[in-house]
Amino acid sequence: MPNLDPETWQAIWLTLQLAGLTTAVLLVIATPIAWWLARSPSRWRGPVEALVALPLVLPPTVLGFYLLVSFGPHGPLGKLTSALGLGTLAFTFTGLLIGSIIYSLPFAVQPLQRAFEAVGTRPMEVASTLGARPFDAFVSVALPLARPGFITAAILSFAHTVGEFGVVLMIGGNIPGRTRVVSTEIYGYVEAMQYAQAHWLAAGMVMFSFVVLLGLTLLDRPTVRILP
Amino acid sequence: MSASPTHIRLTLPRASFTLAVDLLLPPGGITVLFGASGSGKTSLLRCVAGLERARDTFIRVADQVWDDAATGRFVPPWQRSVGYVFQEASLFEHLDVAGNLRFGLRRSGTGDTTAALHSAIQLLGIETLLRRRVDELSGGERQRVAIARAIARRPSLLLLDEPLASLDQKRRAEILPWLGQLRDESLIPMLYVTHSADELARLADTLVVLDGGRATACGPVADVLSQTDAPVVVGEDAGALLMGRVAARDLTWHLVRVDFAGGSLWLRDTGLAPGRDVRIRVLARDVSLTTVEPRQTSIQNLLPCTVSTLSHDTHPSQVLVGLQCGPCRLLARITRRAAAELELQPGLPAWAQVKAAALIE
Repeated sequence: MPNLDPETWQAIWLTLQLAGLTTAVLLVIATPIAWWLARSPSRWRGPVEALVALPLVLPPTVLGFYLLVSFGPHGPLGKLTSALGLGTLAFTFTGLLIGSIIYSLPFAVQPLQRAFEAVGTRPMEVASTLGARPFDAFVSVALPLARPGFITAAILSFAHTVGEFGVVLMIGGNIPGRTRVVSTEIYGYVEAMQYAQAHWLAAGMVMFSFVVLLGLTLLDRPTVRILP
Repeated sequence: MSASPTHIRLTLPRASFTLAVDLLLPPGGITVLFGASGSGKTSLLRCVAGLERARDTFIRVADQVWDDAATGRFVPPWQRSVGYVFQEASLFEHLDVAGNLRFGLRRSGTGDTTAALHSAIQLLGIETLLRRRVDELSGGERQRVAIARAIARRPSLLLLDEPLASLDQKRRAEILPWLGQLRDESLIPMLYVTHSADELARLADTLVVLDGGRATACGPVADVLSQTDAPVVVGEDAGALLMGRVAARDLTWHLVRVDFAGGSLWLRDTGLAPGRDVRIRVLARDVSLTTVEPRQTSIQNLLPCTVSTLSHDTHPSQVLVGLQCGPCRLLARITRRAAAELELQPGLPAWAQVKAAALIE
């Protein structure tokens, strides 16, 4: 691989770490949210659904701005982390991770919610008449039946995190080795008129994203099968 | 089989009607819940399974109280010894046939699961399907697997919600004999929801007629079908159901003689061997009456009987006559004028001329 300096490799590695961790955390926290949204008759369903979808329509800078404020020493999260002796989260990898999770939340929740809705209530009822307690039925029936939704959610969360820029810039501060990811690295190269470097990285992003998507698509088609 | 009857009492308000029943059912055989769609049949099953909660409930099955509003006791569905076969295929698509069968068994907590599984597989004839994926099965095969999965847990009560409704005629005919065999061999009491006259006539031991959320009739199937005060129209017409046995075949005339407690009938030979238990459905419109023994008539089936009741029928020109034929009951629909001319009244001996009767295997 020609003329990619160690700093760039560091940015690539950091991007993969960030996207991988974000995806893992998102699948864990999006599952109960999606399940609740798919099944609950609560009147809070609508507002929660809108709240989860908010990052879809908000400019990333707005999200980044509020995260920055709340991470800061006078913000609610900043006060908490300071009290715990962790310092502030702004311009740290953890801060970036939290931002990415919030930013990509709808990309994990929505496919899972659609998948759980497609599974419907019937398989859960069948499981309960066969002696399965609700959590048992969830794990042994709902989760496997919603597998296509999990694959879609993982692909979208990963790709969306790799591609994020505004939030990263606002709360990460583009610090090499800590918060500088590929997208901000490309931006830096363009700013510095180093178009050749930007090209390598940008083309690499295109290739990488394509290969990941293709691979996961071939592994299991990310379509939610609608049960009769 | 349990000693005490199954008791189902509940009230469940629905959009267009209120389901309100109080049923005492025999603890064995098949109880058919019969009624038009929207009469509350499925809601009733769901409440018995615990999938829905009703008001003012008392549900006791095999001496176990599952739901009692008075004490607040409510056993969740997964702790009820119940099998539920849904109308549409409800197999788990992510498991193969064997995986589906084992799903309930693993959670049943009873001892000898291998034997239970084996007998369920044999009873439904699905030995060759075990390794198949669910989406490779036909509709009839799916329902047989679903029934096997439900009975493998040896439930105290098997609930079947129109299990054949989603199948075409051919598949239905394929699966009905398995259900009959299930009734005769598994000894698991069943609550069977249907609006099919054919399934009712074949399978029911006890009949509950639901109309607009209320049970308008409940009792042994032959009694309910031959009642005249509120005739139960099943399929095209009201009619009696007789339990009989193939006694003889007449190969020359292609007829079989079926004996029942009140006499015998010659019916079209459909190839059934003598000794087979069968049911005969005799529609009210296919029975005419005479007060003197007829001679020289084309009607082959004459049954001596006694007039027991005379009731209003659907049209003012007609009466529905209840007949006692030995221990059995028949229905005859004749014109009011004919009844007057024959001077029919309860207690009068008569001859029932049966023009047609359906032999149900």
